[in-house]
Amino acid sequence: MSELSVNHLLGIKYLNKKDIELIFEIADHFKEVINRSIKKVPTLRDITIANIFFENSTRTKLSFELAEKRLSADVINFSASQSSVKKGETLIDTVNNILSMKVDMVVMRHPNPGAGIFLSKHVDAAIINAGDGAHEHPTQALLDSYSIREKLGEVAGKNVVIVGDILHSRVALSNIFALKLQGANVKVCGPKTLIPKHIPSLGVQVETDLRKALEWCDVANMLRVQNERMDISYFPSTREYTQQFGINKKLLNSLEKEIVIMHPGPINRGVEITSDVADSNQAIILEQVENGVAIRMAVIYLLASKIK
Amino acid sequence: MPVIESAAKHMSQRVLLTSKEINIILHRLACQLLENHLDFTNTALIGIQPRGVYLAERLTKILQEEYKVKHIDLGFLDITFYRDDFGRGDKTLKANTTKINFLVEDRNVVFIDDVLYTGRSIRAALTAIQSFGRPSDIELLTLIDRRFSRHLPIQPNYRGRQVDAINEEKVKVMWEENDGKDSVYLVSK
Repeated sequence: MSELSVNHLLGIKYLNKKDIELIFEIADHFKEVINRSIKKVPTLRDITIANIFFENSTRTKLSFELAEKRLSADVINFSASQSSVKKGETLIDTVNNILSMKVDMVVMRHPNPGAGIFLSKHVDAAIINAGDGAHEHPTQALLDSYSIREKLGEVAGKNVVIVGDILHSRVALSNIFALKLQGANVKVCGPKTLIPKHIPSLGVQVETDLRKALEWCDVANMLRVQNERMDISYFPSTREYTQQFGINKKLLNSLEKEIVIMHPGPINRGVEITSDVADSNQAIILEQVENGVAIRMAVIYLLASKIK
Repeated sequence: MPVIESAAKHMSQRVLLTSKEINIILHRLACQLLENHLDFTNTALIGIQPRGVYLAERLTKILQEEYKVKHIDLGFLDITFYRDDFGRGDKTLKANTTKINFLVEDRNVVFIDDVLYTGRSIRAALTAIQSFGRPSDIELLTLIDRRFSRHLPIQPNYRGRQVDAINEEKVKVMWEENDGKDSVYLVSK
């Protein structure tokens, strides 16, 4: 099979294992391309892609834009803060107006969960979800798994712990789906207030002791504390959070084996991980960013080839 | 081989070249390359993925083992992302590995492919190779040259055998290392 089973990338939960394998295989080729001295291929020269961001983003937006340009697609960028959305235009109207300019694909980030799914039912373009509220962030989960595969050889059978704010995290949810699909063992770790109570129904174990979690795992994915999504206090203070759920070099060195540290960024240095951990050889944070471009190129390439 | 015989009944296929003939042609092509490139110091052979790779490897082996060429730069070039028919076919095209561990800047490059048909793959390869530098010149070697079927003004510098085939027919090149036996078939659907 050399085709995705879906026409849009709305979430990992709509993909199957073969889809992920195919994306990784194509991403391998694009990784070789982006490490050449001329990093561009002409594949998508007749495809136009709109990046529509209703929520702030630095690296995801840059990464998508770079991926699109490396594939020679035409790119238009749109951020809600500078647009007619402020004047009361609806989502469908906004997007249909953009599509009437002959756009083939939409990459969208939106604060509301399910915004991408809603859009895919109402407009005629391939949709890539670049994060919808606390729901899913599929390309992040794909690049995380891809980075694990690159570092450890495979994802199947590996023990992965996701640490931090699970409740508000689309990265956590997409990662759980992606890791389970590939046969990894997943635990989540964080303050009880930030762990959704139904999480074991996804086949995930809860661990509230960070040290135990780290002793168990091969990979620790440290999530950012999302202060902007917290309407009430979920833990007493940032300092207390750091003491219980932050990783520092001393803790890392006291473990029996060397584990891989990941972080989707942006890092709150000194909160979830200290600087010496973030900059250590065990951290693959910058590799994740590099792989993000290759993964997004693969996703865009595969979806664009299904556009008729 | 029984598999080929049963396939032959359904699709009617005719042998164009036997393994003995292929061997003779490969040696001739190797000698022609040798004549023009001598010790290959400023030459790079590039097999076009996927099927040109077998031919490129075979020629390199003959040049090194039988004609004692010391060193040959051999690379593989995948043209999937450079094709001009993206989104025009039904299926997604899967890529193959590109492996070029040397610079092609100012060198003589020889593209190697098994069948030259419309010329579009070579057009794509000409674009793709630019990502690895600016060769001083580029030549084309092909085992089978299908006459009268070109869409573009592209001709081989070295050809194994010229074949007249109508568009409904397919030329199938089989290699021992991949298909169990060296042979070239003309298959009509």
